[in-house]
Amino acid sequence: MIDQNNNPRVVITGMGWITPLGHDLQSVWSKLTAGASGIRSITSFDASTFPTSFAAQVCDYDFTTYLKDPSLHEHATVNTQFALGAARQAWDQAHLSDGNGLDLRRVGIYLGAGEGVLDFDAYAKVDLAGWDPQVGAVDARKWAHAAYEAMDSHDEIGQEPNMPISHIAREFGIRGPACNCLTACAASTQAIGEAVDMLHRGDADVMISGGTHTMIHVLGVTGFSRLTTLSTRTDDPPGASRPFNRTRDGFVMGEGAGVVVLETLDHALARGATPVAEIIGYGSSADAFRITDMHPQGRGPAAAIRQALRQAGIDPLATDSDGRPSIHYISAHGTGTMENDSIETLAIKSVFGDNAPRIPISSIKSMMGHLIAAAGVVELITCVLALEHQIVPPTINLHAPDPELDLDYVPNDARSLKLDVCLSNSFGFGGQNDTLIVKRYEA
Amino acid sequence: MARRRVVITGLGPVTGFGIGIKPLWDAMVEGRSAIKRIERFNPCGFPCKVAAVLSEDQLIIRKLVPKSDRKATKVMCRDTELAVAAAGAAVRDAGLITKAIDPQAAPTIAPDRMGCHIGAGLIAADVDELTAALWTSRAADGRFDLRHWGASGMENLTPLWLLKYLPNMLACHVTIIHDCQGPSNTITCCEASSGLSIGESMRVIQRGAADACLSGGAESKVNPMAFLRQHFAGRLATTRDDEDPTAVVRPFDPNARGSVIGEGGGIIVLEALDSAEARDADPYAELVGFASTQSQCPDATGLEAEPDGGGIADAIEIALAQAGASPDEIDALAPFGSSIAAIDQAESAAIKRVFGSRAADLPMVTTVPNVGNCNAGAGGVAVAVAAKAMKTQTLPARLNTTGADGLNADAAPSCSADLRHVLVFTTSQGGQNVALVLRRMD
Repeated sequence: MIDQNNNPRVVITGMGWITPLGHDLQSVWSKLTAGASGIRSITSFDASTFPTSFAAQVCDYDFTTYLKDPSLHEHATVNTQFALGAARQAWDQAHLSDGNGLDLRRVGIYLGAGEGVLDFDAYAKVDLAGWDPQVGAVDARKWAHAAYEAMDSHDEIGQEPNMPISHIAREFGIRGPACNCLTACAASTQAIGEAVDMLHRGDADVMISGGTHTMIHVLGVTGFSRLTTLSTRTDDPPGASRPFNRTRDGFVMGEGAGVVVLETLDHALARGATPVAEIIGYGSSADAFRITDMHPQGRGPAAAIRQALRQAGIDPLATDSDGRPSIHYISAHGTGTMENDSIETLAIKSVFGDNAPRIPISSIKSMMGHLIAAAGVVELITCVLALEHQIVPPTINLHAPDPELDLDYVPNDARSLKLDVCLSNSFGFGGQNDTLIVKRYEA
Repeated sequence: MARRRVVITGLGPVTGFGIGIKPLWDAMVEGRSAIKRIERFNPCGFPCKVAAVLSEDQLIIRKLVPKSDRKATKVMCRDTELAVAAAGAAVRDAGLITKAIDPQAAPTIAPDRMGCHIGAGLIAADVDELTAALWTSRAADGRFDLRHWGASGMENLTPLWLLKYLPNMLACHVTIIHDCQGPSNTITCCEASSGLSIGESMRVIQRGAADACLSGGAESKVNPMAFLRQHFAGRLATTRDDEDPTAVVRPFDPNARGSVIGEGGGIIVLEALDSAEARDADPYAELVGFASTQSQCPDATGLEAEPDGGGIADAIEIALAQAGASPDEIDALAPFGSSIAAIDQAESAAIKRVFGSRAADLPMVTTVPNVGNCNAGAGGVAVAVAAKAMKTQTLPARLNTTGADGLNADAAPSCSADLRHVLVFTTSQGGQNVALVLRRMD
């Protein structure tokens, strides 16, 4: 079955995630619609003196329960552990384990996974041992001597961003196209968009896609703190992530993974799988403006949204016979930084014109923080669950609206409404913009 | 439905021989190697003490960017410098006008039709810069004091520190300098990164989302942290002080004993044939096939190569089918050729499975003996050399290897050759494989 662009239709047949709000679709969805926050003090290291000492962390997670043979993955690092659990849920929901003659050479994987976590204690020890204060530089010979003593080879190798795809491919026997992209906070949205293109092109029948990331570690929190992009509302962690609020002061770091099983509709139906939603639009652009700032008119985000709408054949200015705008919900990038939320609002207005104030927009980052490379996929999964339940999750902590931001951000309470088409935005540092459009599945 | 045709119109390799295709190609034809003892840091503590690097006067980043971008060079890590140098060389070689070439002139390709796909590695923070800051947070016993670091020590790092090391910064600086507003991605699959980026650019142009892309990759693992990780991954040769550094890398040699790092990479201009024809460009070659696969390696991290090279062979076969070329129509091979014994063997097995008895005759193009393993940039170098070989109908010289079993990989001088199709492929640390088929413009 082909779409209006003469491409095979692509559907989602399985989803899974490991998030700060829980480790399965339904429990996380309950929390998202209840407006729960997963943000609390950082426990993975002593962050008590840091400008930001809180984050949304994955808790009580044992990845080995998701694996056929955990010993095969004994060197899995944190990102890989998150990704394996999410992939298992998605794989099982899609009933790929049933086999049915599945050709694993036609099953591919495309993730937007982040770099792994550096063993900071070992690293700091080695660096200090190697430092020559007289010269003001590291003596590489002394450094190497200390490094071979203190560093673990698997921890070091495991930081390569392609490790999650390698592990997932090995766990499920995947032999098809394999790729990992890392475009900062846009990575998993971009991975899904490109995976869909590979299905359009006929490179595979099934693509495992999504992303995984944590930057809740010493150098991650250090780096974002130095950039002054994190909320420092240490007295109120659950209230700290407040996208679109007048008093927003930065984003809150989250961590976790999301994975979706994408496949051509023909392939899904032929093996008796149940499509849960259809991906109908993808757009990708670069700001090409500045390393640190977004383009002030939101040029790049607007271009990505427009491309996705064009591919989906949706006129952003149109309304349907019920008077509804053509997009029924936008899962915003909505980080809670002054700049992002203003520019995302501008971009939405520039594309949707008079329809913009009538589209419910929310940011689940208000509840589960910013999963960086994995943010896009968990927000896409949220859109699919919204379609399934006909409910949009709220933007919590939105008690003092910013007068400059005058759209409908679904403040504080979830909302029931008729939903057929949702749009999800992801924008990354350095001007990476990606948008996906997902539609309720209809035969 | 016929897909939009995609051609290579510009080459921008950056290697130990310098910036651009000319110094690299001259060295490839003359059979020179840029591998020598490491001077950037003291390599005494490492088993491998050689690498191929660009000297300070070979890459002066401030001179390679327009005045308006000079401030940004302060936040470029080495990998980004290499990518920026490569992109500039590729754009010039293609005869494109971009914002960097002439900010007043109309760009050859509209900015929103220009994409950018760059392979990048796990970028190690500059150890001197970070340690200078960490040193300020020592406790009385000399150990690191995390609480002091969080309270004030971290302020000794420049505010933009993190932005130097995000892998997508290579593409971000390049897109800003050349005003590429189309799709931009950063592929991070170790040595498969460049090839996967080139394949993604091909897809993006085919689906009509861009008319041209800057595509390839760059990386420098010539720093203590990245060097250590390569050694931990079992990829580096152990070298002796009294041996010739240029003779260490011997791809497919029965005595292959590991690889050597090179910093560098290559960015090429991939362009829709219709765009190239409209501006009377003279393409090097057409990109007619691209495939990627995943190997089922013995270990889940993909450090150990798949012994039968099955995933590599699958990628080659799919790329050939897409190109509409039979194995008999391939005239030369540009493999990874890393000189890491297990990977050489996997590649050798794959070549023999696909090409059968022709494997012993098909000439190899090897680049690692000349420029080292450029990791995420390796495929960009290989494609640039393959494209130049096709344009000049010349096989470059091969170095060092003797007694390659059943493969045409032994050391040999450069020679002229009838090259209609060249296959470029690699496998990565992690088990991702990529194959590209280039066809001569006839």
